[in-house]
Order: sequence, then structure tokens, then C-alpha cells
Amino acid sequence: MVPLSYYLALSTVLFFVGFVGFLTRKNLIMMFISIEIMLNSINVSLVALSHYMQDIRGQIIALFVIAIAGGAVAVGLIIIILAYKNKPTLKLEEFNLMREE
Amino acid sequence: MIPELLFTYFAAVILFSSIAGITRKNLVHSLLWILLMFVHLAGLYLLLNAEFLAMVQIIVYAGAILVMFLFVVFLLNLKEETKQSVFIHSWQARLYASLLLLFFAIAGAFTYKKHYTGNYTIELIEKQGHTKTLGIVLFNDYLFPFLILGFILLVPLIGVGIAAIRRKTNGTA
Repeated sequence: MVPLSYYLALSTVLFFVGFVGFLTRKNLIMMFISIEIMLNSINVSLVALSHYMQDIRGQIIALFVIAIAGGAVAVGLIIIILAYKNKPTLKLEEFNLMREE
Repeated sequence: MIPELLFTYFAAVILFSSIAGITRKNLVHSLLWILLMFVHLAGLYLLLNAEFLAMVQIIVYAGAILVMFLFVVFLLNLKEETKQSVFIHSWQARLYASLLLLFFAIAGAFTYKKHYTGNYTIELIEKQGHTKTLGIVLFNDYLFPFLILGFILLVPLIGVGIAAIRRKTNGTA
């Protein structure tokens, strides 16, 4: 039997991998994938807690998280495509279109 | 013995492939590493007796979301982006701050004690079937959040449609 804290530690490390990716990458798509990694790490801890506490609510919240992530990916990717049409780059530091010069 | 071995394997592959995924220069390579991570997360869910969630993970994440990412990467012409540096200028400071936070979060994860125990034991779930149990709880106790979820999934549908139509008219006019 694997202890619960191992799952929580794995989820924490995975969350911070996504966090570091979100903070340090230049690319918009990579930042978006980092958000997906963070959501997945939260799902790991929810499912592990739901298994060890013998309750099923964690898995239902994980289902909701997966569904909302799907919707967010659709919206975010169309925004990325529109931004790319406007200015052909994906580097975040190049996007200053809304700033007043 | 076997659950520990499986957990070690899944955890090692998940951590390695996620770190490899966020450090590759080529977007397609990093997306394929992330795909490996999603599949092994599904294996971890199987280890936790969550078969339905493992299936949903494979279908939704590995099947739908990652394919959307791959379509977008193939749609955009990113040849010159792969030759440039991938990290921001001051990424070391952010990495150190994140590692400090990580230390405290892992300390919190190892000192966690559970106090609450629900009444969905493994025997009950095995007798009833995992998908059936999940469905009963979802459609009885969580019906209103489920309907809200349907509405939230309708909003991106309309939004993406509007964005695509507006792009077409901007191109002609």
C-alpha cells in the first residue's frame, strides 16, 4: 500500500513543474501547456484523497476540472491563433498591442 | 510490493516527461512528452481504483486536448521560433523562488493527516461498479453543478464560433 503522502508529494512536484514552466517559458503555447500540467497535478491529489478517504466526491471534482480544462483549451487556443494572425510571433514579451505608447 | 513498484514507475515517468516537456525547444517534441505524461497519469488513476477517470483522462486529455494543441502548432508557422532561446531573461530567480515554495509545499504534503472517512469503501464500489457509483453521485448530489458545467461548455462553443466568423469578415473587408 503506497502511503497517501507519496501521492500528495508527487502532485506537489508536478504542480511546481507546471508553475516553473509557466513562469519561465517565453512561448504562449508552452505557458498554456504548463497550466494543463498544473490542472493535472491537482487531479492527482483529488483522486488520491478520494481513494484514501473512501469518498467519491474528489473524483467528481476531478471530472469537473477535466471538463472545464477542455473548454479553457478551446478558448485559449483560438485566442492564440487570433493573436498570431495579428502579429506573427508567440513570444509573450512581443505582445504589447494594448499598451499606450 | 507490486503497487509500490507500479507507483514508482508511474511517478518517475510522469516527473521525467513533464520536466522534459517544459524544457524542449521544439513544440512538437514537448507536446509528445506531455502526451506520455497524460497516459501515465491515467495509469496512476487505475492504481487508485478510478477506472472511469483513467478512461476520461485518455479520451479527453490524450485524445482531444493534446490533438487540439498539435493542430494549433501545425497550423502556425513556427520554424524560426524553435531556433531562439526558450526561457525568459531572469528565469533563474523565478526557479529558485519556486523551489523554495516547493520545499514548503512538500513539507506540508508529508505532514498531512486524514481525519475524515466517507462511506464509499472499495468493496461497495467494486460491488456496484465504479462508473455506476460515479454516475449515481453525479446525477443525484451534483446535478446542478453538472448543468452549470454544460452551460460553461456551451460558452466556448459560441465564443470560438464568433471568433472564427469575425476573423473571416476582417479578412475580406
